[in-house]
Amino acid sequence: MRLAAFDEMLPEVSGLRRPYSAYDRWLKEQDPARLTEKMQDAERVFRKTGITFAVYGEQEASERLIPFDIVPRIISGNEWRRLTQGIEQRVQALNAFLDDIYHRQEILRAGRVPRDLIAKNEAFLPEMIGVRPPAGVYTHIIGVDIVRISEDDFYVLEDNARTPSGVSYMLENRETMMQLFPELFQKIKVRPVENYPQLLRQSLAAVRPQSTKGAPTIAVLTPGSFNSAYFEHAFLADQMGVQLVEGQDLRVVDGHVAMRTTEGYKQIDVLYRRVDDSFLDPLTFRPDSALGIPGIMDVYRAGNITIANAPGTGIADDKAIYSYMPEIVEFYTGRKAILGNIPTWRCSEPDSLKYVLEHIHELVIKEVHGSGGYGMLVGPAATKKECEAFAKKLAAKPSNYIAQPTLALSTCPILTEKGLAPRHVDLRPYVLVSDRIQIVPGGLTRVALKEGSLVVNSSQGGGTKDTWVLDD
Amino acid sequence: MLLGRTANGLYWMNRYIERAENMARLVDAGLRMALTRTQSASEEWNSVLLSAGSDVAFKQKYSDYTAADVADFLLRDTSNPSSTMSSIETARNNARMVRTALTRETWESINEAWMSLKRMLARPIDERDLPSVLDAIKRETALIRGSFYGTMLRNEIFDFSQLGTYVERADNTARILDVKYYVLLPSISWVGSTLDNYQWESILRSVSAHRSYRWVYDADYKPTNIADYLILNVRMPRSLTFCYRFLSEHLKFLGDDYGERHACHATAEKTQAMLRAGSIKDIFDAGLHEFLAGFIRDNTRLGDEIAQDYRFY
Repeated sequence: MRLAAFDEMLPEVSGLRRPYSAYDRWLKEQDPARLTEKMQDAERVFRKTGITFAVYGEQEASERLIPFDIVPRIISGNEWRRLTQGIEQRVQALNAFLDDIYHRQEILRAGRVPRDLIAKNEAFLPEMIGVRPPAGVYTHIIGVDIVRISEDDFYVLEDNARTPSGVSYMLENRETMMQLFPELFQKIKVRPVENYPQLLRQSLAAVRPQSTKGAPTIAVLTPGSFNSAYFEHAFLADQMGVQLVEGQDLRVVDGHVAMRTTEGYKQIDVLYRRVDDSFLDPLTFRPDSALGIPGIMDVYRAGNITIANAPGTGIADDKAIYSYMPEIVEFYTGRKAILGNIPTWRCSEPDSLKYVLEHIHELVIKEVHGSGGYGMLVGPAATKKECEAFAKKLAAKPSNYIAQPTLALSTCPILTEKGLAPRHVDLRPYVLVSDRIQIVPGGLTRVALKEGSLVVNSSQGGGTKDTWVLDD
Repeated sequence: MLLGRTANGLYWMNRYIERAENMARLVDAGLRMALTRTQSASEEWNSVLLSAGSDVAFKQKYSDYTAADVADFLLRDTSNPSSTMSSIETARNNARMVRTALTRETWESINEAWMSLKRMLARPIDERDLPSVLDAIKRETALIRGSFYGTMLRNEIFDFSQLGTYVERADNTARILDVKYYVLLPSISWVGSTLDNYQWESILRSVSAHRSYRWVYDADYKPTNIADYLILNVRMPRSLTFCYRFLSEHLKFLGDDYGERHACHATAEKTQAMLRAGSIKDIFDAGLHEFLAGFIRDNTRLGDEIAQDYRFY
């Protein structure tokens, strides 16, 4: 499949783009053999430090590296300002939507979002109705996936409002680039991302329960060292200087959540959890969960612990809700969404379903609750047989799917054996919400390493790049 | 502040690093015996397996003791939970779990040891390569120890790590002595045959002490001196007394830091006092085997008490 895509460094029409001019000058002075060497250095660094992720369903090689490409993805200061305005607006709307959905449900009364979509949605937690989280924040850490298709057109592909991952790669990618090419960072003013862990810590401290006396005790909750994102959990706890806890370390003591230390149980005030809602509390949700803490929801309802992100935020980033985001943004902020949505067909609607089935070979079809690139069909890249098989699944349970046009995602060059070659990319900036909204200038650029591929997910052969926001 | 689970991870990480190295040392000593004395080689390998606490598991898999099989079982067999490969794997899993408590250097040295041993022990070891494999194992664990001592803050994290190291080491030295205690008994030692000399050297070699022994005692091997060296010498880094000096010290740090004493403190102090007051003559008079069996039992109890007192589970 070939799509005429906008290249962010060297668009066919206008030649080298300005944000890349200094980098391009530097690149032309480099010996290609040295660059290849640097590429191998980067892989050694990652393997040595153990920046790996586990791939589900692969017995051998259960720890793999996410491939790293040494050509940075560069965003100008102006482009970034525009993006951040759009992201801030969107994140405000997400939190307002969550607060509304779990309280008065004005948006349902106004008929802007169908009631069924909420009530019948597994991501909606009735246990959260009427619960107001500390500081009124629901989703504290958000990763907004953004794609670009031309000089001026950015779209939000997905809002990750539950437990977005990948921020450790943003930080390690920068660290690795600075180790490999220190001279580049002297030549080009790149805005720093290193302070993300401090910002995260401050942000979590700011949303502590009102009853907290003194400095709050913060901990990161991980499912354990066999989880695919364990490296990131350990990394963030380490960088923030807080404890990395598992469910087995925690229990409810005197109305508070406490961790078992070598000196007895110590109270926790803020829990940055990287465990899914359904595993959080076996007394409230899945009774077979060994990853959670029995009774934590009672402590939460009593206002004695902050859980970040709050339980039930999944209702805001559900793929079925996604298609309503323009209405949601407008409803709560009173302004049109600065960042657009990708046009989306809801297969639950008969007319849309008909269209999607007729145009299946042109569309990208996703499961409503899926993530990580699993269970999706990229029509133009699929064989006739694959399309037919998928059409059957789709017809059997239409409400389980949405469809979107196949977009020509922008490309960015990667370094291959034959020199630079364009590959499709997306961008996930990380947003922190407390009493304010902070966006670290940068993010995770995911890149589809296979020529022509549009799937950037690391579980499906995607890689990453360092993302530079220029200080101009 | 330290999580009980983290303390547990640090403790076992270090026990397994120590064990990975001890296995290499035991195979080294066995190999030396087998090279010098071919006649009773299988008996020697049996002693090695007994010292490693792996005799029963080995017999379930093999009928004869051969150098290749024993080395394979103790070094690379992942069905043996104490083999060097299993130990380094367990050590690394624990290190991964407690990663936030380790310096980057310490974590990387463990991760790299695991990567390099996994590569090296992926296929059966050619007998000709065995010495270089044993060297490589000792080198990797030495690198871990070096990074650890060179970079870790001397706090509770360090204390729990050291407790693991010394509980494991004390257990190992005591077992080596107990498997061979009969060759150290006076009734046999008076004979002073060549056979005994080999046996004695083998004991010293399994704790890497065959050279340092000569610096401390005269060049001749005397069973009472060997026992004295491995049990009572304060400066010999693998002696029981040395291990207990550090166990007591780190437990004391923890007790002072936390302002609380536990059962484990009493147990460690009792053993230390016994070692300090004892003479090698007393030990032999009361029975070397009985002494060692009692020591191993108390040492195991100390490990259990540490786990309980500091809420490992």
